[in-house]
Amino acid sequence: MKRKEYWNQKEMSYWEKLYYLEIARGLWVTFSVFIKNLYKWCTGKKGALTVYYPEERRSDYASNFRGKHKLTILENGRPKCIACKMCENICPSKSIKIVAGKSPDEKDSYSLKIPLSFDLDYASCIFCGHCVEICPKDAIIMTNDVSELPTYAREKLLYSLSDLLESKKDA
Amino acid sequence: MMKGFEYFTTQKDELLAWARKFSIFPYPFVTACCGMEFMSVASTLYDTDRFGAALPRFSPRQSDLLMVVGTVSHKQAPIVKKIYDQMCSPKWVIAFGACAVSGGVYQNYATLKGLDKIIPVDVYIPGCPPRPETVIDAIIKLQSKIETGVSKNV
Repeated sequence: MKRKEYWNQKEMSYWEKLYYLEIARGLWVTFSVFIKNLYKWCTGKKGALTVYYPEERRSDYASNFRGKHKLTILENGRPKCIACKMCENICPSKSIKIVAGKSPDEKDSYSLKIPLSFDLDYASCIFCGHCVEICPKDAIIMTNDVSELPTYAREKLLYSLSDLLESKKDA
Repeated sequence: MMKGFEYFTTQKDELLAWARKFSIFPYPFVTACCGMEFMSVASTLYDTDRFGAALPRFSPRQSDLLMVVGTVSHKQAPIVKKIYDQMCSPKWVIAFGACAVSGGVYQNYATLKGLDKIIPVDVYIPGCPPRPETVIDAIIKLQSKIETGVSKNV
């Protein structure tokens, strides 16, 4: 008996050597999946695995997914941010720039410092969430929303205080 | 007959733009980890073939869209520029991920601070890495840009 040269060397039968039948068999796998998906689509069920994104969203988003930032507000509508610049210091890509100013109210019970401007550059933000973790007042949070991020111009990626501030009805 | 033909010639640019919109052949210039996200968005779950932008061409001369995916270092920058020059017009460029858009977390001497320092960029995708949804949003934005025919790269 002749010894096989490799352990996985397969003896091909006549039909396998003929090759055309094997091509047809391989194509049949693809074609049958296509027919099955087409049948499911016709009967109103979801056939393919694909998420048809702009129309439907994935349901298995992680609840702690880090998306766009939001600056939370107090009941009277002013931002919770006290301009301590902790997030600016911890940000690994230096995307946050805060300009601090004095509160217009001299005897402000919440904080005497307010952010005059809060710029977050999404061009370099890496969504690490360090700013959220370090914030002592929970003034900056992250939503799991990533919509409307791509832009035609790089300057548009610089979000200012008014872009980041959550609206009153969200709070 | 003649009138109809004349009308057709006025609509030539619109017809071409409509055809180009649905046949974007990307050239993925993958230099870093965002490449995984590119594979994810090109594969079954978020199929970019639904927008006609799935078939990657591995020669710049055959492609319409240069996708710079990942960090561009100063050593890599002339290569990107050369590849961009090799592409045939009309051509579009996507900066994919925070590193390609602005250098991202690599604010150091070795990294190019944004792809638009060397070549014009049409759509910027921020994120580290961007969600596949964000990439699909960007492709839709690029399609509307192709349709209106406004491009910096002709």
